[in-house]
Amino acid sequence: MRSVKPLVNDFSIHVATVNGSGSQTANNVLLRSILQMGVPVSGKNLFPSNIAGLPTWFTIRVSEKGYIARVEHNDVLVVMNPETAAADVAMMGPGTLIIANDSIKMPEIPADRLVYRVPMAKLMEPITKDVKLRRLVVNMIYVGVVGGLTGIDVAEVEKALDAQLGRKPKAMELNLAAVRAGYEYAAANPPASPVPCRIERRELTRNRLLIDGNTAAALGALFGGVTFVSWYPITPSSSLVEALMGLLEKHRRDPQTGRATFGVVQAEDEIAAIGMVLGAGWAGARSMTATSGPGISLMAEFFGYGYYAEIPGVVWDVQRVGPSTGLPTRTAQADLSFAYTIGHGDTTFPVLLPGSVGECFEFGGKAFDFAERLQCPVLVLSDLDLGMNNWMTEPFEYPAKPFDRGKVLDDAALEKVAKFERYRDVDGDGIPFRTLPGAKSEKGVYFTRGSGHDEAAHYTESPVVYARNMDRLARKMQTARSLLPAPELRESPGAEVGLIAFGSSHGAMVEALDQLKAAGVDASYLRVRALPLHAAVHAFVERHPRVYVIEQNRDAQLTERLRMECPAKAGAIRHVLHYTGLPLDARTVTDGILAHEGVPVTEGASR
Amino acid sequence: MSATTTPPAGQPVNRIGLLKADYDGRKTTLCPGCGHNAITGGIIQAAWEAGLEPHRVAKLSGIGCSSKTPAYFLGRSHGFNAVHGRMPSIATGVSVANRGLTLIGVSGDGDSASIGMGQFVHLVRRNVPVVYIIENNGVYGLTKGQFSATADVGSTRKTGEANRLMPIDLCALAIELGCGFVARSFSGDQKQLRPLLKAAFSHPGTAILDVISPCVTFADHEGSSKSYAAVKEHDAPLHDIEYVPYFEDITVDYEPGTTRDVDMPDGSRVVLKKLEVDYDPTDARAAIDALHDARQEGKFVTGLIYANPKAVPFGEELRLVEEPLASLGEDDLRPPKSVLDGIMASYLEGSVSASGGGG
Repeated sequence: MRSVKPLVNDFSIHVATVNGSGSQTANNVLLRSILQMGVPVSGKNLFPSNIAGLPTWFTIRVSEKGYIARVEHNDVLVVMNPETAAADVAMMGPGTLIIANDSIKMPEIPADRLVYRVPMAKLMEPITKDVKLRRLVVNMIYVGVVGGLTGIDVAEVEKALDAQLGRKPKAMELNLAAVRAGYEYAAANPPASPVPCRIERRELTRNRLLIDGNTAAALGALFGGVTFVSWYPITPSSSLVEALMGLLEKHRRDPQTGRATFGVVQAEDEIAAIGMVLGAGWAGARSMTATSGPGISLMAEFFGYGYYAEIPGVVWDVQRVGPSTGLPTRTAQADLSFAYTIGHGDTTFPVLLPGSVGECFEFGGKAFDFAERLQCPVLVLSDLDLGMNNWMTEPFEYPAKPFDRGKVLDDAALEKVAKFERYRDVDGDGIPFRTLPGAKSEKGVYFTRGSGHDEAAHYTESPVVYARNMDRLARKMQTARSLLPAPELRESPGAEVGLIAFGSSHGAMVEALDQLKAAGVDASYLRVRALPLHAAVHAFVERHPRVYVIEQNRDAQLTERLRMECPAKAGAIRHVLHYTGLPLDARTVTDGILAHEGVPVTEGASR
Repeated sequence: MSATTTPPAGQPVNRIGLLKADYDGRKTTLCPGCGHNAITGGIIQAAWEAGLEPHRVAKLSGIGCSSKTPAYFLGRSHGFNAVHGRMPSIATGVSVANRGLTLIGVSGDGDSASIGMGQFVHLVRRNVPVVYIIENNGVYGLTKGQFSATADVGSTRKTGEANRLMPIDLCALAIELGCGFVARSFSGDQKQLRPLLKAAFSHPGTAILDVISPCVTFADHEGSSKSYAAVKEHDAPLHDIEYVPYFEDITVDYEPGTTRDVDMPDGSRVVLKKLEVDYDPTDARAAIDALHDARQEGKFVTGLIYANPKAVPFGEELRLVEEPLASLGEDDLRPPKSVLDGIMASYLEGSVSASGGGG
């Protein structure tokens, strides 16, 4: 048994349970309790493609320094699933704590791990006689035991439980009894050696809340004035639309008249979903859908059409690993290249890349502004990690700017112009004016079709006119470069190493920067927030002798784009890739960069 | 709007002061003699007679010969020539975004019965308000005469090859899905087509009009079941049709017991004059029987096959506000700051949003 000092506010708890066993409430209560102790915390749910019965894991990272990325090694294990017990235990190193339901047959465990067995069935006996309830509530026993052993104030657990179940007194009573039973057992049965991890109260989480990216995106859409939503259920995007429907029903349906200022349609497939989005966008609605990789694959034809016909619409792609079946419940950033050029013909699309739940909220609203301003489908690439896990954040800020409805000529505006031509670039930014059906002025009428139209939207197959229109569309995407969110920059003056990442990699990147500094590597960091790339991205590449691009895909998709757009520096752009389906961890980033830099990697340098 | 300009003397205007020419579109580019051109003419005439306000109409289509036609009528209305088989989803989005528009969707048998079958049936089951015209000729014209899914068993291509697969009857399908207005007609029978179109314009939900429209280039030969000659020979009208709009004070004199009326919610009336049999268009089972019998006999029943104008249209199903969603402003759409603050406070107090499994 190691006799080193316990890890205070800097460790990770891994809970191994069975999908559908009700462990989610228990894990969320644990998460909230630690947050209420004033200590930064993050939670990641690793779940199978299954509703009930298969193994599932939940990892809680406690980090006084505010690190929120996944870690490769855990310090506390809670064993609730007999199926995976042996493999779960085998992952635990020396000096770790293993808490197990004593009914589970455990493998041989080396003596330098602290094993703490809890007679959970026995503890549940006085709480309820209902066998089904026992199975659900037993999870609260481990909450109590973890809390008792690591020093979480029981009052914080009770408060967190109240926030989750306070409206259901019966459930509250049962769960509370189980939590207390866990605490009492831990108090009455001190472990054989000191507990290696402790939580001590801090003041680091004032004004911080926990929320997942999909809910944040839904809130963003609500405050962004969404009026039309069409969708086809697909993990991991379904919870975005489910959350949005709840919000719209509550805040956008008149309680007196029952009338709604929104329409939500569950479509027959993703092709219909985007068709409806484009139909509504054409008619002037702020329209959106949410899907994942298979969905945008089906939408490809309509994306191409939307680009050519210049119709606004917002598509959230909450990315997951490749095709189902297999890893549809794991995370990835592998749709980037496809999303950017999706469609037939010469097409590129604005792609927003939120890197936090705060940006999911912000882009959730602004995506409509960009779509209506740029008159084309806009993609927002989130991922399963960002979308479905709970992240600590400051409260979201109310949007400061009014909606940008783009270049729309209504009847009053049509009165003032000599003539209206749908596809004429009047002011040089590549973006034409549009009108909406229903406008009275005959001047505003036009006919929408795919590739064969002139500036006045009349049918033509003229080669000259076609090429001219394509050049204008290219100009429009140039306008997009500076209109879309600029990259976020953490410059270390004079650093020779420049790191580039995007999306949910941000948590691991922040931590990796500190690890690299400790290893003697001084690096600047740029987080890309949109495609097409902002000029500031090119400038960052130009001024750093060595650039490393960190991405969660196999094919180095952003790297390839940067090499194409910065050809003189192509040889200086290298990558660190992570594509296991698990969220990115800082050590992978750090070790990858140290290897490129020729700095020896020290084993166990993860802390 | 242009209705305020004085029309040339002597030329008739409709109830909103427009000439028939005001409903014209661009010149057709389809083959001379194409049945679709006759349907285009029917739409122009019917829209003029019904007094549709052009700016309140949106013309939508998919891909195919038929889908080109919205460019050829109602030149003062917005048009949207979309992608193959996907007009129904476009129509659904447009309809929800702006309830005030009358949607005229034009599709073909390839567009609706093959590539777009999924969207067709789902549009019908949602009862999206659109006048959905299928210009049905049993062949793919633009790709030079391949069979479509509505080709009849035994009908031949120009090459002599016969179709052996069962045709899909879009009218029967629509009736099964609860469509409140299902009609079949023939592009060569304007007398029947126009009142059907006008009735469809006053129907509040999905109105399906399957119009047999011979392809002069690829399916007008001996052996084709949808040639002009074959359709004329096998056309079996269920009734004679008269449409009495709510804005005209017309009494139609028929002998008592010889007609059936279908009352439209806007106060218009469809008067069906009985032929050999007394056909009841409100009986869905009888309608399916009629379609089935006709197929057995190698005939096309035409007329108003099924009507239930009271079926709840999609906008009502969603309980939308009357004003088009597209015209709502920021005050209507962005909840005040207090709402966001309240939501954030609930999270600060301990709410944790639910994520979760599935696949």
